[in-house]
Order: sequence, then C-alpha cells, then structure tokens
Amino acid sequence: MEMNVLDFLSYGFIQRALIAGSFTALLCSTLGVLLVLRRLSLIGDGLAHVTFGSVALGLVLKVFPLYVSIPVVMASSLGILKLMERARLFGDAAIGIVSAVGIAGGVILASRAGGFNVDIFSYLFGNILSIGWTEMYTSIALSVVVLLAIFLNYYEIFSLTFDEEFARVSGIDTEKLNRLIVLFTAVTVVLTMKVVGIMLTSALLILPAVTAFQVAKGFKHALVYSAVFSLFSVISGIFISFIFNLPTGAAIVLLNFLLFLLAYSFRRFGARRN
Amino acid sequence: MQIEPIMCQGLSFRYGDHEVLSDISFTVNRGDYVGLVGPNGSGKSTLIRIILGLLRPLTGRVMVFGADPSERKLRDRLGYLPQKMASFNPHFPSSVREIVSLGLISGRRFPKSLGRDDHIAIDKALDLMNISGISRSLIGDLSGGQQQRVFLARALVNGPELLVLDEPTTALDPETRQNFFTLLAELNRTGKVTVVLVTHDIGSIGKYASRLLYIDKSVVFYGGFDEFCLSGDMGKFFGESSQHLICHRHE
Repeated sequence: MEMNVLDFLSYGFIQRALIAGSFTALLCSTLGVLLVLRRLSLIGDGLAHVTFGSVALGLVLKVFPLYVSIPVVMASSLGILKLMERARLFGDAAIGIVSAVGIAGGVILASRAGGFNVDIFSYLFGNILSIGWTEMYTSIALSVVVLLAIFLNYYEIFSLTFDEEFARVSGIDTEKLNRLIVLFTAVTVVLTMKVVGIMLTSALLILPAVTAFQVAKGFKHALVYSAVFSLFSVISGIFISFIFNLPTGAAIVLLNFLLFLLAYSFRRFGARRN
Repeated sequence: MQIEPIMCQGLSFRYGDHEVLSDISFTVNRGDYVGLVGPNGSGKSTLIRIILGLLRPLTGRVMVFGADPSERKLRDRLGYLPQKMASFNPHFPSSVREIVSLGLISGRRFPKSLGRDDHIAIDKALDLMNISGISRSLIGDLSGGQQQRVFLARALVNGPELLVLDEPTTALDPETRQNFFTLLAELNRTGKVTVVLVTHDIGSIGKYASRLLYIDKSVVFYGGFDEFCLSGDMGKFFGESSQHLICHRHE
C-alpha cells in the first residue's frame, strides 16, 4: 500500500493536481469566509457562469482559456459591484444578471462555432488531473498574490466584513476594499474551474467556510479551519477519485459536504452536552 | 482659540428632491453630553452621518476638532456606536476580543497591526465594560446587553475624546438600558468624553444629558434642560407626561 502511495505521488499529473489544488483550496477557503459572511455566497456561482462564456470565447479564438477568462471574469465581478451601487440592486439580483449574460454569451458562442470538442467538459465539470504546468504556475503565482494581499489587509477586511459602516468611520476605504475582494473572487473562480469545474465552483467557496463556522471560536479560527477543511477535502478528493476512479471535482464537493455534516453534528452534540 | 469637538454652520442636506436638513447650526463643547432628539424622519441619523464623514453636506460646513470629518487624523479621536440591529450579523464567528480590537485600527497606516500596548488597551476596555470574563465568547452567544457593552468597548478602546451613539439602546430591556445610560454618564463625567447620543428615550436623556438638541429638519431647540423646561415647549414636543418625567430632576 505504501508503495502504491509513493507510485501515485510520483506521477507528474498527480503532483501538479495536488499543488494547484492546494493553492486553489486555500484561496477558496479564505475568500469563502468573507463572501459567506457578507451574504455574497452566490457570487462564485455567478462568476463561474461568466467563466463558461469566457472559456467558450477562448476556445473560439483559439487562445488559452485561462488568459481570456481572467480579464473577462474580473471585469464581470466589477460589473456586479457597479450594478449593486449604481442600479441600486441587491447583490443576488446583480449576480443573477451577470450570471445569465455569461451563460447566454457562452451558448451563442458555442452555437456559432458549431459546438465544442471535449475541452469544454473539462471546464464545466473540472478535470484537476489534466492541469498543465502553465496552469499550475499561474495558480501558485495568483494564489500567493491574493493571499498576501488578504494577510496584509487583514484588519481592514475583518472590519469591513463585520460592519461596513463602522469600517468607513474607522477611515477604511471600503469601496476600494470591496473592489479588491470581488476581483480576488474572480481570479479564484477562474483558477477553480479546472479543480472542481464551473458547475461546482461555488461549493468550494461556500462549504469549507460554513463548515468552519460550525466549530470556530473567532474570525481567525474561522479562516484557519476553513483552510484546513478545504485543503483536506481537495487532497483527499484527489486520492479517493484516483483510487476509486471517480470524477475528482464531484468527490471533492461531496467530501466537503460530509465534513460539514460532521462539524454540524459536533456542534449540535456539544451544545446538547453543555 | 479652543477647538470644539463639533461645529456645524448652515448645514443642509437632501436625498434627491427630499430635503432632510436645512440650515443647521450648533456647537458641541468639550465635556458636553448632548441628547440629539426629534421625530422619525427629522434628519437625526443623517446629521450623525455627516458629522462622521459618511455623507457630505450640500451646503454649510462641519468641523470636527477643527478639521473636515473625512480627515484620517481625526479617526482615533472619535468613537462610534451604530444602531446595533441595522448592521450586525448575530452568527458572525468572532470573539468579543476580536471585535473590540477593531476599534484600534482607526487612522493607522498600512499594514495595520496590533502591538503589546494595543492588547493592554483592549484589556482595559474589556475591564471598563465589565466583560473581561466573556472576552473569548462568540458575539452571537451573548445577551443584547452584553453585545452592546462589547460594541461600546470597541468604540472606547482607542480612548476617544468624542463618542457618537446612534440609538444604541433600541433593542435593550429597561434594566439594561438604565445600566447603559449610567455607564455613559460615568464616562462623560469622569472620563471627560464628549457624548452625542441619538435617542427616542427622552426620559433617560432628560436624566443624564447636559444639553438637548432637538431637530426637525432644522434646529428647533438647542440648550440646557433647565432652559427647555422653562420654555414650556416640553409638552409640545414630547407629550404632557414627559414634562414631569424630564423636568423633575432640574427643579
């Protein structure tokens, strides 16, 4: 068995999947905490739909989809913010509009191109084992930038997440910070599409965060627990899917849900015992 | 020349075509405890938001400690306690200590961090509010009165000279409300903190505040309670029963 694990780890595609998956897991878990607490959980879903449109655009233009998706999804994330501010829409309505436009654009591009080959499915449902070197290095670089920015702005982001008005009175530029958070989310969603797929991206943003909230005793705890649950689910999901020949993205999401049920039961059991 | 905590001159504000504030002028002196009252929609919260630099007036000007309210250097001289229910997620996974620490980041430069002195300040604020024993509890697990003490600790942790509170006792039961007002009065008297309190609780404000600012789009009355009681306007604004309740302590 030990030999099998070593064999498993010696594959280049497994190494790339584990490395890219781990960095993406850290990103999703950190941003997920902020998004869920600000009741913007579904922004991941909306931006994932835009990612579908941008991948379609990349395939039509014969450009590496990641390079098209990152700017398009970042612009869309700012569009959601602008709709919320200027058109006086609630977050869910703004997300719904951008999400629908993303899907519609993707479908039209697909029909004009006469359909796509199997590539689009690896983006829709994820294929972490097909992550290439470029995608892995891009994941690492962007993850480091985003996580470092969050670390350096920790108190501002914490204050904004807890109470936006108080944050403004404290002299925090909340508009700039809001823009930064949605841009980071856009980058994260694009990086996540190969890990769990466009269809399941929001699960990796939401589930580790809500699992952490069941057991966390503070904001820092929530961030750390969310990261641990997310990393565990991604790494275990890769192993399990390889061993049992299951779709990796779906395995990761179901593992996350299992962790949520365990954490929820732990909290309920603990509360009853006290 | 002494720089006063708040000075408003000819202030007006409107949301679209709807005029909310018109030609508001008043000065809050150091050590004042001002009760800001008025009917619903009279512009109290808008006035507070202008003083805090969250809104800009259409005409006129506001000076907070002699500076524009939006200036960064003012931030550590101000403490703010917003309306609790309007902006608070009770399931937020944050400890009492973490929330109080947020009061210390005002006006600090990037990257903001907390040092040893900051942790001492947090301990002092927790002690002052008598909540040291629950410093590691989650905010959502506390009673309404305890939560309000946490938010007041957050407003006080940076040692502000001016404390602005927007209807802070709305969700509190009578006993907790009474304790809260007593605590504020104590801070004003012994801590020399200037207090501006928006409230509908005219009974409590009459008991503790030194001055009353009554607005209804414009300033209707600004002055001491004795003056207000003698003016005979108390019954007109707050109902006849308030006359005895508020003016009694001044007789």
